[in-house]
Amino acid sequence: MARKTPEINSSSMADIAFLLLIFFLVSTTMDIDTGIYKKLPPIPEEEEIDAPKVKQRNVLAILVNRNDDLLVNGEILSISQLREKTKEFILNPLNSADLPEKKLTTIPFFGDVMVSKGLVSLQNDRGTSYEMYIKVQDELAAASRELKDEKAMQKWNKKYADLNEEQQDAVRDYVPMQISEAEPKNVGGKK
Amino acid sequence: MGKFKKGGSKELPEISTASLPDIVFMLLFFFMVSTTMREVELNVNIMVPSAKEIVKLEKKDLVSNIYVGVPMRKFAKTMGTEPQIQLNDQFSTVDDIQAFIAAEREARKEELRNKLTTSLKVDQYTKMGIIIDIKQELRKASSLKLNYSTRETAE
Repeated sequence: MARKTPEINSSSMADIAFLLLIFFLVSTTMDIDTGIYKKLPPIPEEEEIDAPKVKQRNVLAILVNRNDDLLVNGEILSISQLREKTKEFILNPLNSADLPEKKLTTIPFFGDVMVSKGLVSLQNDRGTSYEMYIKVQDELAAASRELKDEKAMQKWNKKYADLNEEQQDAVRDYVPMQISEAEPKNVGGKK
Repeated sequence: MGKFKKGGSKELPEISTASLPDIVFMLLFFFMVSTTMREVELNVNIMVPSAKEIVKLEKKDLVSNIYVGVPMRKFAKTMGTEPQIQLNDQFSTVDDIQAFIAAEREARKEELRNKLTTSLKVDQYTKMGIIIDIKQELRKASSLKLNYSTRETAE
């Protein structure tokens, strides 16, 4: 009755699969994008020239010139010192008169605490290298993270990243890190 | 003593290759799932700077890339050796960025348009001037989510 159909030779299947495999290996990438996340300030609607007045003691002015030198509140620092400087600025542990003021704020979980009014202002030259800019951003982010971790450790004995959302919000309110990037200036002359 | 068979006359049985396609297909599926298609061909050399405080960029389909770097050797004659901006597949100027962002928005679904992130892939030796200009253009295009692409510092 029914004749037996001859079996299809599948020895070339491997070759076909290899071809496909090689095609996908060549045409795809595996890299995962990582980076520093930032939010740009929107362009003001009207020409608002009168920026909110901030007291000098509340500002940590970071200037980077075209030779990638760092000037923090009139003091030449190296990049490795920036983190400690920023942390000291935000915390103001000794309540010294030339570091930022503090304001009594009520924060969930923590109650009434003194929160720093400090503001980091970052300004760089057009000739500053991108590498240096990223380094400064990285150090500031690291300082912020370390402060948050410290507070989270004191309160919950956990790292900031392991807290739940409400706790994270509270910690963020406790040690705020405001970074304002000034409009660029051409310090150090034309390039 | 014992009896020994004389070898030599018997041949080894051939190894079956019937399962080879299965193995290769498994590899194939692994690579298909874990990789993404290369979107653009780079015309500029980019070595992004390294940093420690990095986050992973989620949702690749909501990311538009701006590349900045020195043109590759083969373009050196026409484009020079100063850092250039690359959008999609071609060299562009700062003025093209607003149109580029508009086009990127247009290509996404309406409800996802304001979730678009711009990823700046910039060579580490670029000067900040060009990046400041790009940032200003992005602000004008009100595309405010920005990601500076970096690689992780090797400890």
